[in-house]
Amino acid sequence: MTLNEEVELLRKIPLFAKVEPSKLKLLAFTSERVSYDAGQALFAQGDMGDAAYIIVEGEADVEVSTPSGPLVVATLGRNYFVGEIAILCDVPRTATVRAKTRLVTLRIAKDLFFRLVTEFPQMAVEIMRELASRLENTTAQLREARMQQRQ
Amino acid sequence: MSDYLDRNMFGFVLRHSKRDQLYLLALIVASYPIQFLVYDSTKIIINKAIGGKGPPFEATFFGLIHFSLDVGQITFLLSLCFVYLFAVVASNGFKNWMNNVRGRNAEKLIRRLRYILYTRILRFPPSQFKRTSQGEMIAMITGEVEQVGNFFPGAIADPVFLGGQLAVSTMFILAQDWMMGLIAFAVFPIQMYVIPRMQKKVSALSKRRQREVRRLSDHLGETISGIAEVHANDTSGLERARLADRLGVIYTVRLEIFFRKYAIKALNNLLDKVSPFFFYSIGGILVIQGDITLGGLVAVIGAQKDMAAPWKELLNWYQAQADATVKYEQVVTQFEPAGLLDQKLLDAHRDEAVPALNGPVRLSSVSLVDEDGIRRVAGVSLEFPLAEHIAVVGGPTCGKDDLARLLARLAVPTSGRILVGEHDLATLPEAVTGRRIGWVDQSSALQSTTVRENLLYALKQRPFRPAAYTPEEAAQRERDSIAAALAGNTMQDYRADWVDYEIAGATGPDDIAPRMIAALELVELTDDVYQMGLRGIVDPADRPDIAEAVLRARAALAARLADQSHAGLVERFDPARYNANATMAENLLFGTPIGAAFKIETLADNVWVRTVLDKAGLTDELVEAGREVAQTMVDIFADLPPGHEFFERYSFISSDELPEFRTLLGRVASLAPAAMTAEDRARLLALPFMVIPAQHRLGVVTPEREEKLLEARRLFRAELPYDLAGEVEFFDPVRYNAAASLQDNILFGKVAHGQAQAAQKIGALVAETLDSMSLRAAVMEAGLAYHVGVGGSRLSTVQRQKLSFARALLRQPDLLVINEAGAAFDTSLLERITGRLLAARKGKGVVWALSRPRLAEAFGRVLVMDDGRVVEDGSWAELNREGRPLHALAGAP
Repeated sequence: MTLNEEVELLRKIPLFAKVEPSKLKLLAFTSERVSYDAGQALFAQGDMGDAAYIIVEGEADVEVSTPSGPLVVATLGRNYFVGEIAILCDVPRTATVRAKTRLVTLRIAKDLFFRLVTEFPQMAVEIMRELASRLENTTAQLREARMQQRQ
Repeated sequence: MSDYLDRNMFGFVLRHSKRDQLYLLALIVASYPIQFLVYDSTKIIINKAIGGKGPPFEATFFGLIHFSLDVGQITFLLSLCFVYLFAVVASNGFKNWMNNVRGRNAEKLIRRLRYILYTRILRFPPSQFKRTSQGEMIAMITGEVEQVGNFFPGAIADPVFLGGQLAVSTMFILAQDWMMGLIAFAVFPIQMYVIPRMQKKVSALSKRRQREVRRLSDHLGETISGIAEVHANDTSGLERARLADRLGVIYTVRLEIFFRKYAIKALNNLLDKVSPFFFYSIGGILVIQGDITLGGLVAVIGAQKDMAAPWKELLNWYQAQADATVKYEQVVTQFEPAGLLDQKLLDAHRDEAVPALNGPVRLSSVSLVDEDGIRRVAGVSLEFPLAEHIAVVGGPTCGKDDLARLLARLAVPTSGRILVGEHDLATLPEAVTGRRIGWVDQSSALQSTTVRENLLYALKQRPFRPAAYTPEEAAQRERDSIAAALAGNTMQDYRADWVDYEIAGATGPDDIAPRMIAALELVELTDDVYQMGLRGIVDPADRPDIAEAVLRARAALAARLADQSHAGLVERFDPARYNANATMAENLLFGTPIGAAFKIETLADNVWVRTVLDKAGLTDELVEAGREVAQTMVDIFADLPPGHEFFERYSFISSDELPEFRTLLGRVASLAPAAMTAEDRARLLALPFMVIPAQHRLGVVTPEREEKLLEARRLFRAELPYDLAGEVEFFDPVRYNAAASLQDNILFGKVAHGQAQAAQKIGALVAETLDSMSLRAAVMEAGLAYHVGVGGSRLSTVQRQKLSFARALLRQPDLLVINEAGAAFDTSLLERITGRLLAARKGKGVVWALSRPRLAEAFGRVLVMDDGRVVEDGSWAELNREGRPLHALAGAP
């Protein structure tokens, strides 16, 4: 896959959809393509975050450790952006992400990500938008859960 | 071998070269008659041969040897001329001989002086190193001794020789006419009165210059060792101003010396030129009146001219003498501090084995007062068996480090005594303390050599086995050691094997390695050294066995890499394939550059590379690829501010060059590669050389280009000019690459980009493979040969600390004193090392001034110090109670 194909791929991710192509090219060029075998972890819960990942190919499981062993809470596919929370707010990884199949990712290192965000405000705005919508989602889920609990 | 140092330079010269100087003087005296003959024969030639009448012709040499010859005038003249020629040749021969003798004397003296000064440094009390800086000492032994040394050849001989010459000329002139003689000497008294007075001022200035230059070297040393501080504090301006200030002072002083020296010379010249005035006037009148002959006057004038030269040189000698005396005295006074270590302590038992320390260590009211009068250790009394393990704890100024230094005899008690068995530690020679007591400091210095030599440094107290010399080398060594002895240097051969293998528990060079590795293992340095070994280079000519084993390991690793679970981790070098994980430059060269010619970074500029590219029809293709790379770079990086760190990290084009490439791209936009200027082509051509397809994903290395590049690779090797053959070691699947590291030889490929944890996985695979081939020892050996850099700069602080621990352990001293070493370690590492060290030293003593009091738990006995006193002494269990000092200390993090 060449740089230009990667740029096309990045544009399909909502977070980057509105970012200029030349910036995406820079992002693609400066990030690293990393592939994983099935079962290999991208990162583990509790680690300090040093990078975020974009899934280019394959699927990954999000696992949370529970007293009764790891619990898969979600499965992510192509074009997902994962691991950004730990690098945005300097908290340990909240979950383990593990390749479910053979997985190809674009790894964006933390310092690189921050530089891009500070360098290009429109990217920051897009990320804000994405996070806000996720928060909205989570809040909705929480509301639902509360309702269920009350019933 | 005494290192007595005369205060007076001539005292030093005479003490150490009396016989040489006498020999030289004998030569000088022997040369006088010949010199006289030179003058005498000229006079006889003019007066008796040219102006005389005969036959028979008569002549008298030296006023004694009289002869007459019944030959023709021309024959007589020619024979006299040959006498003259003989005299000139002989006198020059003598001069040459004397110069050689002078040179040898002087070099011996310089060698001796440096050696003595160095020995003095070894005897300096520790306080001296706080007063005199490293830079100053180095400047003295190197530069200043050199300047003093320049005077040595003529120190004694010159005044005698020149004085003699003067005397000969004087005698000659006086013999001709006493009045002429008086005239010739008329100016001497003036010079002899004025010049020393002028010289005195020069000497004072030259003393000052020397001090200022020393300060300069001090400043230089400070800047170099503190370069990080200069940059971190932006004090380069300040430092330059400081330098300018110092240089300004030196400038003024030097200039004044120069002016004054030349004032002296000018005065001499003037006085020299004045004396002929008297010769021509008074001498002329005497000749006209017939009181002396014309030949006599000519000879007198000649002699006076000859006299002017030695007289001038004598004055030069005087000036140089004054200068050298000042320098010598300035150096010597710096090397005579009070409290020099007794020479006997340094030299006693140097060449023999010393017995192990024995018996308990007893301190009776030991105090140490430092040069500022502060009591660092105050009346400590205590006794412990040599084999005890003792922790010393206390606050930062409690004196535990001073107590440690006292026990290692790096300091001597100001009052009180330390007894080891029956012996007073203060009077034990260093051959005992330095061999039987070990010492690890917070920041032990490392030698700038290999890991191995650094470890063995603790075992090299005397030469044990002579070096293996060829007969010629042995003869040379014999001559060298005689020369060394004549200059008062040690005759011990530095090239001999100095390692005391037995003290480390080995029997010889062959089984010392396991001992070293055991010591490294104890401080957890083995893995680091192993990694160094992997990066190290092994010469297959030296170790064909290793090379062969590595090749087997290469094959074994290849088989394992072919396995499904490791597929794609490494892309191996294949002569017939383009390696997508290597740069284009590496793909083209397909080997390891040896010299500078084929350096990977500048490969595109190489003439042979360009020739090959042309032959393969690849040049235009690569210029086009370069245009694509440049275009992408300009697209991607155009919006970044200049100097942004991304340029350095990711771009093929630096931020300074980006605008140039933008205009270049505009200029060549509609041109075919062949139509571009040579310069533009060269710039573009260099870009794709750095591209690694798997990493950069730029899409410029197309299959067609790969194909052509493989052809270029083949041509490059097949037609490589003879003179370039030594510049590259080509990759060959079945050959050991002597220029590449062990790791690269085993891997024989590139770690693939974009494979998660590829490096760790491969590291583990390589290690497994090496172990299965029993190559671990070979890698360790290569690791031991790793050069640690100046003062260990290529190692981390932690590694340096570990290495100094390992070094002290290797010697297995009777008592190991550790001064807060390991402070750079994290607590768990220090705890592990402490545990292992104490276990390894069961039955042998350890005194450890601990930086972390909690670690004292592992020791049999704990001393708590405060304000130079031992305030508590007992076991951990006894002392670690609520309200006790140890409890408070151990509670602190």
